[in-house]
Amino acid sequence: MSATRAVTGSTAVTSDDVQESGRAETNGAGTPEALLEVKDLVKHFPVKSSGLFRRTIGQVQAVDGVTFTVNRGASLGLVGESGCGKSTTGRLITKLHEPTSGQMLFEGADLAPLSGRQMLPYRREVQIIFQDPYSSLNPRHTVGTIVGTPLRVHNMVPKNQMIPRVQELLEFVGLNPEHYNRYPNEFSGGQRQRIGIARALALQPKLMVADEPVSALDVSIQAQVINLMQDLQKEFGIAFLFIAHDLAVVRHFCPEIAVMYLGKIVEIGPRETIYKQPHHPYTQALLSAVPDIAQAKLGGRHERIMLQGDVPSPVNPPSGCRFRTRCWKAQDICAKEEPPLFQIAPGHQAACHFAAPLGEERTTPIGHERVGA
Amino acid sequence: MTTSLQTEDATRPVTEPEDRNEPFLVVDDLTVKFPTFDGIVNAVSGLSYSVGLGETLGIVGESGSGKSVSSMAVMGLHDTKNARITGSIRLGGTEVVGLEESKMRRLRGNEAAMIFQDALTALHPFYPVGVQIGESYSAHHNRASGDTVRKKAIEMLERVGIPQPDRRVDDYPHQFSGGMRQRAMIAMSLSNDPKLLIADEPTTALDVTVQAQILDLLQELQRDFGSAVIIITHDLGVVAEMADDVLVMYGGRAVEYGTCKKILSDPLMPYTWGLLESVPELDSDPTQRLLPIPGTPPSLLSPPSGCAFHPRCRFRDHVPGDLCERELPELLAPPGHPDHLKRCHIKDPQAVLRTDVEPVGEIR
Repeated sequence: MSATRAVTGSTAVTSDDVQESGRAETNGAGTPEALLEVKDLVKHFPVKSSGLFRRTIGQVQAVDGVTFTVNRGASLGLVGESGCGKSTTGRLITKLHEPTSGQMLFEGADLAPLSGRQMLPYRREVQIIFQDPYSSLNPRHTVGTIVGTPLRVHNMVPKNQMIPRVQELLEFVGLNPEHYNRYPNEFSGGQRQRIGIARALALQPKLMVADEPVSALDVSIQAQVINLMQDLQKEFGIAFLFIAHDLAVVRHFCPEIAVMYLGKIVEIGPRETIYKQPHHPYTQALLSAVPDIAQAKLGGRHERIMLQGDVPSPVNPPSGCRFRTRCWKAQDICAKEEPPLFQIAPGHQAACHFAAPLGEERTTPIGHERVGA
Repeated sequence: MTTSLQTEDATRPVTEPEDRNEPFLVVDDLTVKFPTFDGIVNAVSGLSYSVGLGETLGIVGESGSGKSVSSMAVMGLHDTKNARITGSIRLGGTEVVGLEESKMRRLRGNEAAMIFQDALTALHPFYPVGVQIGESYSAHHNRASGDTVRKKAIEMLERVGIPQPDRRVDDYPHQFSGGMRQRAMIAMSLSNDPKLLIADEPTTALDVTVQAQILDLLQELQRDFGSAVIIITHDLGVVAEMADDVLVMYGGRAVEYGTCKKILSDPLMPYTWGLLESVPELDSDPTQRLLPIPGTPPSLLSPPSGCAFHPRCRFRDHVPGDLCERELPELLAPPGHPDHLKRCHIKDPQAVLRTDVEPVGEIR
């Protein structure tokens, strides 16, 4: 895997002026509106043995061949259960982890092989909002320092302009600009998350990775933060990669949604299709598991697909389709052949041999129709 | 709702023998205060509710609303040195407030048991799961032999759906997945067939598919054991699935109390409206902006005057004058809704709901 990286690394831009040459490539490659194109992204974490030599005895296949596109100013939602690799994907895009292989084309330039220093100009363009507003802010720094640090690192504003700029940012996110001298512990969870957003906003990025931005917040505060992010998106045209496990929140925020299971995207498409006409059995099970207020109001309970057992270990994922061990549709082919993302409709893809809307059965696997007949 | 909130006669002796018609758990005018350096934290004020056998009560509220503190008081888990508890909690006819620790120990785990939110911290990392389940059993069965205890642990693990329980009984908590740990916790709490089970955010740390499994398990166990269940959560969806009755808490007080169906389809209190409006649903219109509750939850050190919700309430102009700031509304049933209590000054909440909160409050 390191070999792959070296190869892509050598073909990539090596000059110091990455930004310039990177941008130049854009004109040739890349669709006009695509901001970030992720192609076959892989991240394997080595599992080391205990003992003196700490040999590598396995690989946690956290992200295993993920492909998607985030368009300029748009939002893509990544949903899935814990351990499915959605957060790792977010961290790969911000290069908080080094990808094992694959490409991440940001405005046409591949970020994957770039070193820390070469990444610097792109850090301005891609920012991240973390899940836990308590551990992601340094308790010993004032809010002014926290929000101002990215500005200082990137020399965005002269020193004497720093405080006014920070105050402006605090105002954007709905905090009192007078409070720039306070410490994070003086703020509530929702306010801290706003500080985190102000910090990410400071460099006016083109892409924000929001990793479970509201799941640590109280219900009444979640809506405030979601509305704030939508306002910022509208005002500054920021594209979002929105990672969350709350299906209703993702649906509200993102017009396009990708569902992940065990390191792979199993279904991707516009939200209306994903939520109304899911074709992958995992998406169907996931949606049916959500406790629903509307149903209870009517006094009825919806029918639920109960998945058996737990998610298999990503160190040793099942052969073929990774979902087959818990799937009620699984047949022999599922263990033998890994299903690619089949095109269901324009923009809607599902990685299942027997992809069909709920209630409909497909007897022959996709692509094997003639063999079956 | 089978039981309404009646104000208990204050002169009633606390040691009165079990009243046959009384619900299994009756909490009456419970107040919990914690003296701190900064002042007294009014964690729970004047809380009353009851749960009968076979019923499920859902307690909804944000962090700091007093939902966990009140249920810990039911379990007698507050240190009397730090907490000032007044009021009455009757568990199967026994008064729990002020009960000696030795007697409380006999009730705890036996009559009433609790499932905690974070199973990883609630389980001891150093002991096998089976030993921990067995411990809760042997605590109330002094004569049980080691063999019986182990058998009981295996039986309980099987009961909660852990595969190969005879092998997994010797596993340590870290060898269990999140959902299995929560199952082990449930096994532990049910090992003495408690009549009351308090589940404090039992599924908050879990994924939706695992959450669905655990909620199903809880419902199934309740059917089998016929116990009273209190489920504490901030997820209205979970409440909608599980609860018969719902108690909405805000700032340490009950603000709305009624049957699940009534509260979700016909809420009468602005805070409940806010909760329902601020959560996106799977079938709501995604282009419609969410309506958040402005501001932040109140400080329990110096709670707002009058109605604790008034600084965040959008509907104050429906109440004449500054009544909301001055006077704490009582928890009362509005005319025509005998079983639906709300703490709000608004005279005709349903009219307000229809005109101002629609279409979110509408039943689809």
